[in-house]
Amino acid sequence: MEFQGGSSPVTDSGDDIGVPMDDVREHLVVVGNGMAGCRAVEELLARDPVRYRVTIFGAEPHVNYNRIMLSPVLAGEKTFQDIIINDRAWYDDHDITLITSDPVSAIDRARKTVTSRSGRTIGYDRLLIATGSDPFIIPVPGKDLPGVISFRDMKDVDAMLDAANRGGDAVVIGGGLLGLEAAHGLTLRGMKVTVLHIMPTLMERQLDEAAAWLLKSALEGRGQTILTGADTAEIYGDGKVEGVRLKDGTQIPASLVVMAVGIRPSVALARDAGLDVGRGIKVDDHMVTSDAAILAVGECVEHDGNVYGLVAPLWDMCRALADGLTDQHSGYKGSVTSTKLKVAGLDVFSAGDFSGGEGCEDIVLRDASRGIYKRVVVKDDKVVGAVLYGDTADGGWYFDLLKRGENVADIRDLLIFGQAFASGGGALDPKAAVAALSEDAEICGCNGVSKGQVVACIDKGACSLDAVRAGCKASASCGSCTGLVENILALTLGDEVQSGPKTMCKCTSFGHDDVRREIVAQDMRSIPEVMQKLHWSTPDGCSSCRPALNYYLLCALPGIYVDDQQSRFVNERMHANIQKDGTYSVVPRMWGGLTNPRELRAIADVVEKYDAPMVKVTGGQRLDIFGIRKEDLPAVWADLNAAGMVSGHAYGKSLRTVKTCVGSEWCRFGTQDSTGLGVKTERMTWGSWMPHKFKIAVSGCPRNCAEATIKDFGIVCVDSGYELHVGGNGGIHVRVTDLLCKVATEQEALDYCAAFTQLYREEARYLERTAPWIERVGIAYVKQRIVEDDAGREALRARFLFSQQFMQDDPWAERAVGVHSDLHQPLSPISIAAE
Amino acid sequence: MTDWIDIGTLADIPPRGARTVHIGGEKEIAVFRTGDDQIFALVNECPHKKGPLSQGIVHGHSVACPLHNWNIALKSGEAQGEDKGCTPTIAVKQEYGRIWIARPEMAKVAA
Repeated sequence: MEFQGGSSPVTDSGDDIGVPMDDVREHLVVVGNGMAGCRAVEELLARDPVRYRVTIFGAEPHVNYNRIMLSPVLAGEKTFQDIIINDRAWYDDHDITLITSDPVSAIDRARKTVTSRSGRTIGYDRLLIATGSDPFIIPVPGKDLPGVISFRDMKDVDAMLDAANRGGDAVVIGGGLLGLEAAHGLTLRGMKVTVLHIMPTLMERQLDEAAAWLLKSALEGRGQTILTGADTAEIYGDGKVEGVRLKDGTQIPASLVVMAVGIRPSVALARDAGLDVGRGIKVDDHMVTSDAAILAVGECVEHDGNVYGLVAPLWDMCRALADGLTDQHSGYKGSVTSTKLKVAGLDVFSAGDFSGGEGCEDIVLRDASRGIYKRVVVKDDKVVGAVLYGDTADGGWYFDLLKRGENVADIRDLLIFGQAFASGGGALDPKAAVAALSEDAEICGCNGVSKGQVVACIDKGACSLDAVRAGCKASASCGSCTGLVENILALTLGDEVQSGPKTMCKCTSFGHDDVRREIVAQDMRSIPEVMQKLHWSTPDGCSSCRPALNYYLLCALPGIYVDDQQSRFVNERMHANIQKDGTYSVVPRMWGGLTNPRELRAIADVVEKYDAPMVKVTGGQRLDIFGIRKEDLPAVWADLNAAGMVSGHAYGKSLRTVKTCVGSEWCRFGTQDSTGLGVKTERMTWGSWMPHKFKIAVSGCPRNCAEATIKDFGIVCVDSGYELHVGGNGGIHVRVTDLLCKVATEQEALDYCAAFTQLYREEARYLERTAPWIERVGIAYVKQRIVEDDAGREALRARFLFSQQFMQDDPWAERAVGVHSDLHQPLSPISIAAE
Repeated sequence: MTDWIDIGTLADIPPRGARTVHIGGEKEIAVFRTGDDQIFALVNECPHKKGPLSQGIVHGHSVACPLHNWNIALKSGEAQGEDKGCTPTIAVKQEYGRIWIARPEMAKVAA
C-alpha cells in the first residue's frame, strides 16, 4: 500500500484502484472517455463540483478529443492537439482519475464493480456507460485483410495517413457523411479515391435526391470517382488489400479500403451485464437504464425508441443526466435533429422530415448558376423539414421555425428566400417585394439585366415572358429569375399579361422546346441534373415529364445516357403491351411483314405452352400473342429468341413496323422490290426510340396496298424511282402524308428515311407524332432540311446511324437471361412475426 | 396484435418502383419504394378499372396507374385530383433492415 499524498487516488489491496482513505463521496465510474462521457462529467461538475468522486475509463490512449474533428485532421487542416477538448490538466484539476488504453470488459451488478481488460476491478456507486458506437463492418470476404480500416478514431486516421504517404488508390465503402469526409481527406492527401455507395444517392438519410446529385457532381469535379448502387462482393488481395470486387463484377484496385458504411450502438458490455437493450441501451428520461445504479448516455443509448448518431442530442442528454445526478430532475424529451455541415468544403444542411408525403407542400428554389438548391417542406402551415445545398445561411432559421412549430402562413410565399427577405420590411407579398426593389436592382444575373431595363422593355410593348426574354434577355438563360420577371410583368401591366408558351407539365415553367435546347446547350447528362438546372418545382417530377426527359436525354446522348427504367411507361419498361386485365401481349418482329415456318412454329408453340387465349394479326402485318402473364414474359422471349425473333417494339414510342406489299417479285403491277426495301428499311430503323410511335410502309406501286400514305414515313415505288411521303397517320384524325420528294435509287430512299427520322427525333416534342409536328413546323421547313440542304441531310443521317449502333440490342434477349428479373417476379414472403 | 410478414429488403425493390407480393389467397399486394426510400403497400388494383398499380410510374408519393393515368396517393390509396376512388392500403414498416407488411386481413379502406 502506498499513499500518493493529497487527494490523489490510492491503490489498495482489495481494488486495483482504491478509495482515497479520506474520501467518502459517492463514486461515479464512467465507461468511455469520449465526447458523451466527458460532456456528462462537465455538466455534472458545473452543477455540483464536489458531490461525486469520478473515475473515467477510456479504450484509447488519448485524453478527451473532439471525434467529429477527425476529418479536418485527416485533411491536414488541423492537428490532433487542435481537437483536444480536455487536456490532462482538466482531469487533474477536477480530481478525476483517468485510465486510458484499458476498456471496461465486464460489469458485476450484484457486487457493483467493473473489471477492465487488464484486470483492474473497482467498485462504483453510480456507473455511467458512454461507450458510443462501433463502426459497422460489412461481412464480405477479405474484410480482415491488412489495409482494410474503419474511420472512427485517431488510430484509424493515423492508418489512413500512413497509407496516403505511400500513395496509390483508395476505395471508400460508404457514401454517407463519414465516408465522404474520409474520401475528401484522402483525396487532399494525394490518393486517387473511389467511393462506393450501395444506395442510389449519396447521404440519402440527410439529403434528398436533388441535393445529393449536386453533391455528387461537385465531388466528381474534384477528381473523386463516385459509384452509387455499388454492392461490394469482396475485398481481394494476397496477404494485404489489392482491391474491391463489386457484385456486378467490376474490380477496383486499391491499396487502402476504408469501411465507412455506418455505426451501431456499442451495447455488448451492457447486454452482457443483463441490462435491457434494444437497438441501444434502453434509458428513461433521466438516462437511467433498467438498473437504477447504472446510467447511459450518447450514441449507445436508445431513448423512447430513438437512437441518435449526431452530436446535438448528446448535449441534451448530458444536461438531463447531470440534472438527475444532482436531484434536479428535468428529463430528456428526445431531440429533433438537424445536420449542418461542410462535406468536403461544400455546405449542406438538413433538418426534420423532408420525405414529403400526404399534406406536405414542397417549396423549392433552385439557383443553377450559383449551385444552390433549397427545399422547405411545409405541413399544416408549419415547417416540418428543410434541405439546403450550397447556401445554408438560413438553416438555423428554418430549424428554429421547425422546432418552435411556428405558423408560417403569413410568410409562406417568401419563406424560401430566407429570413432577411421573409421578415424584412413587412413585405409579405412577392409582388410587393419586387415592387420595393430599386430600378437598379439586378434581376437577371446571367445577362446583367436590371429591374429598370425589364420595365423599359415591357413599356416598349413586351407583354409576355417570351417577349421580355427576346427583348432584354432577362430570364432567358438559366431561368432562375423567371418568377421575378413574371412579377414585374404583372406589376407593370396589371391584367394585360399574356400567358407564356404551354409548359411541359406542372413541374416546370419551361416548355418542351426550351428544355430540349437547354439539355443540349448545357450538356446535361441526367434527369436530376435537368431538374436542378431548370428549377423543377417537384422533387422527382411526374408521370408526364419523366418519360419526356428520359427520351430527350437518350436522343441527345446516344451511347452515353443510361436509360432510366422507372421513367418509362409500363409497356416500354416491360417490353410488351399491358392489357386491361393486367396481362401482356407480345409481338415478335417480322422484318417487313415476312415470316417463315420456323418463326410460325415457335409462335404456335408459345401460344400453346403459355396457354395464350388469343393470337391476332395486327394492322402492321405482325402476329400479336395475347394474355401472357408478366412472370412468363422472360420465358416467352427466350423461346421466341431461340427461333431467331427479336422484340417487335409494338409497345414503344419507337419504330413500330415497316409494312410492305409483295412488289415486283410477285405482283404483276409491282414496279420495284417493295418487300426487299421494306426489310432493309426495318433493319436500319428498328430499335430507335422516338417522340411517339413511328410507322413506315413501302408500297410497290401507286395502288399503294401497304397504305404508305397514312404512315409517318411512306415509300411508294414508281417505274422511275421512289416517292417519299411523310407525316401521315390513321387514328382519330386521319391525316394523309405530304409528298416530301422523289428519289431515283433505293439507297437514296434509305438515306432520306434515316435523315427524316432523325429530324423528327431531334425536333418534335415528346408524344407529338409526325402529323401534328409537320403541321406545326410546316412541310416547307421539312423539305428545306431534308431535300434542299444536302450537307444537313447527310449530317442527320449520320447522327441517326450513329445512334442506332447503341439502340439495336434486342431488349428481350437480356431479359430472357435474367436481367431485371425483379420486374417480372413477385417478392417471396419469408417469415411471420407476431407482436 | 398484428402479424408482420417479412417480404425482403429495400434493395429488392427498385427506387421509384414496385414489386408485387402474394400472400395466401388474398389479392395481390403492390409494395412501392419512393425516391426517398419510403415503403408503401396497397392492393395492386386501381379503384378505376383495377389496373395493376405496381406497374405505374412512381413520382413523389404517388403512382400513376398504367392503364388510364389516374394518380393514386400511396399513403392513403386515394385517387388524386378530380378522380374519385380509393384503393385499400396495408400497414408496412421497415425494421431490422427488412420490410414487413401486416397480414392482409388488416387491409383497411381509408375513410
